[in-house]
Amino acid sequence: MSGSQIKSEGYSERLETVSSDILRNVRFNKGFILWMGFLILALAACLFAYYIQLRKGLGVTGLRDVTSWGMYIANFVFFVATSLVGMLISSVLGLSGAQWVKPIARIAEIIAVAFAAVAGLVIISDMGRPDRLPYVFLFGRVQSPILWDVTVVTTYFFVSLLLWFLPVIPDLAIAKTRLNGRPGILIKVYELLSLKWIHHPKQYEILRQAMRVLLILIVPLAFAIHTVTSWLFAVTPRPGWDSSIFGPYFISGAFVSGTAAVIIAMYFFRVSYKLQKYLTEDHFEKIGRVLVLVSIVYLYFNLNEFMVPGYKLKSLDAIHLKELFAGEYAPLFWGVQLLGLVIPVILLLFRRFRKPFPMLIISIAVLAAAWLKRYIIVVPPQGHPFLPVQHVPVEWVIYKPTLIETAVTFASIILVLIIVTVLSKLFPILPIWELAEDESGSDIDKTDNN
Amino acid sequence: MSKKDKEKSSEDPKIDEILESSRRDFLKKVGIVGAASVAGAAAIYSGYRYEHAKSDGESVKVLTEDNRLVLIPKDQMKDYKPDPKRLLLRGRDGIKGKKWVMIIDLSKCRNARKCVNACQGAHHLRPYEYHINTLQMQESVNTPAYHMPKPCQHCDNPPCVSVCPVDATFKRQDGIVLIDNERCIGCRFCMAACPYSARMFHWQEPLAAEADKGKEYDIELNVPQKKGTISKCLFSADRLREGALPYCVSACPNGVFYFGDENENAVTNGTTKETVNLKELLEKNGAYRLMAELGTKPRVYYLPPKNRIFDFEKGEEQEYKELT
Repeated sequence: MSGSQIKSEGYSERLETVSSDILRNVRFNKGFILWMGFLILALAACLFAYYIQLRKGLGVTGLRDVTSWGMYIANFVFFVATSLVGMLISSVLGLSGAQWVKPIARIAEIIAVAFAAVAGLVIISDMGRPDRLPYVFLFGRVQSPILWDVTVVTTYFFVSLLLWFLPVIPDLAIAKTRLNGRPGILIKVYELLSLKWIHHPKQYEILRQAMRVLLILIVPLAFAIHTVTSWLFAVTPRPGWDSSIFGPYFISGAFVSGTAAVIIAMYFFRVSYKLQKYLTEDHFEKIGRVLVLVSIVYLYFNLNEFMVPGYKLKSLDAIHLKELFAGEYAPLFWGVQLLGLVIPVILLLFRRFRKPFPMLIISIAVLAAAWLKRYIIVVPPQGHPFLPVQHVPVEWVIYKPTLIETAVTFASIILVLIIVTVLSKLFPILPIWELAEDESGSDIDKTDNN
Repeated sequence: MSKKDKEKSSEDPKIDEILESSRRDFLKKVGIVGAASVAGAAAIYSGYRYEHAKSDGESVKVLTEDNRLVLIPKDQMKDYKPDPKRLLLRGRDGIKGKKWVMIIDLSKCRNARKCVNACQGAHHLRPYEYHINTLQMQESVNTPAYHMPKPCQHCDNPPCVSVCPVDATFKRQDGIVLIDNERCIGCRFCMAACPYSARMFHWQEPLAAEADKGKEYDIELNVPQKKGTISKCLFSADRLREGALPYCVSACPNGVFYFGDENENAVTNGTTKETVNLKELLEKNGAYRLMAELGTKPRVYYLPPKNRIFDFEKGEEQEYKELT
């Protein structure tokens, strides 16, 4: 490495070990090609469903005038929510000095980038006239929360992308000389993206400063993105949406689904990339505690959201809550609250469940429940509008997602998997330079002997 | 210039110059004479036409756009094809000086659904696509059931307009909330925001998509209807432009609807054509607005279903099937 300094004792050996451990996975092996092939085929099949929707109109979905927002919007809220974890891990925990998040931060940013990017596409799939998307920019009105949403989701995506990319730059520079036997194009991409990084201490200083600024900036940004998303509902007078705690309710829920997504990703990277040495049981133990904390906060907001109107039982709230507590949506509602929130919290209180595999299972349940929770938030309040629904076809009264709608929703999930796979497989998944420094307990700034 | 000429000219450039200048001169003169005669002929012809028209003396009375009655010679009349852009602007602006208001007398509604049919006919809608719908209402088991026609309430504080991201739905100066189907992106935020379920969406190709093909879009009629966009009650803005009552109002056989201008304080019953004092009508009958507590300030008033001289009849159970 040209321009690199001699770091504290043992640094270069550690760098060799760490980089060889992590770069081992950066290659086009059979598993990767098969997995990507499968994803792309599945995506093509699902995109065909979207093609049908484009041709025939939104009528191919189960949406009708009564329930005009369904699975797509629920999915959008879920995506925005999950992307928030980038901020939680890197900023809130990172800035508070929690050293253990170092190897996890990049995974969290990958989740943030993938979910934020696809969220933008998901919302387009819900548009009646996607061809008029430019109108949002040409004729946009600042009064509309949709404009706020478009602005903050886009900004959040780019800032998250930067938060992923900046710490990757030194790794690319480290890696570009160590990628023997990989396709030439990959090496070229590394060369290009490493931006002529020479490991000068000054560069590291600038990098750290830039990161610090971004990590601070992204906190209000992340709060804005999901608060605004919650306002898509809260600004309407509909019972079930007409709530003043929707902002914090959504944000606390976002931390739950995002943390679960990161745990699932951690598990798979740990096992399939053989990173047990870096993603240790201790990491799972700690992030398990984080999941407990955010889940309890979310439970508290749930209590507020359902208990208070449930106590007053204003006429239309009463109909809505009855549907959730004892009506058509009761199995879903209680399933989500118990299996996706209460039971995970109880289990994770025990150390024995804060082990990688049990946490994988718990996190899958939490994540699935988080998706269904968005569905419960979006769909049931529309089923009982202020005025009775009469003289319409039966299909209009009860919303049932169609196969096409489900396929288009799957397309978005597949797209997330593709982005996560590309970012995690073709680029170092853990911060090589930070890990190499870390184990020695030294800091590049301090050991500057230039 | 022929080949021979060219050779000649190269021999003696002076002669050539003289020739050229005289030719130019000649052409100039011809040009002036020609232009003058054309102008003269045009003047004579137009004079002739003017005299001819004057001798004919036939004029017609024409109502201008700003409601002035003027006399113009018949031969000066030209077919006017409105500029679509101007129509669109006019449609967004509304009719100056008016504040449209609708009163629905629930004590007279017998669920004939003629309003619904007339509206669907005018706006090319399917039998289950509504700008106006009649709902069977009952506040509690002890109060009588009644039928309630429900158009868009054309709120003065419209939640639908606030949330629209692209200014596709807007409030006009005459109180009407309209929708521009050429602007709408189909996000359906307005549907989510409307507490009156007044809006409908074209989930598929509109009913008359084939028949309306190529027609100029009329923002005050929402025809041709457009797939993937919102449609809703327009208070028949196109009819108001012509000085007529809305489709639903004039179609009602039972005298349910009054319609008029709040500024004039006068409303006309669509069935009896009787014009009454608006404030008096509202005051004497205990008028109310739907869900006034939401602060939407509707422009539609309801008169309560009291003193009905007929029995409540449940509407005929009709099964609605989705049509393609």
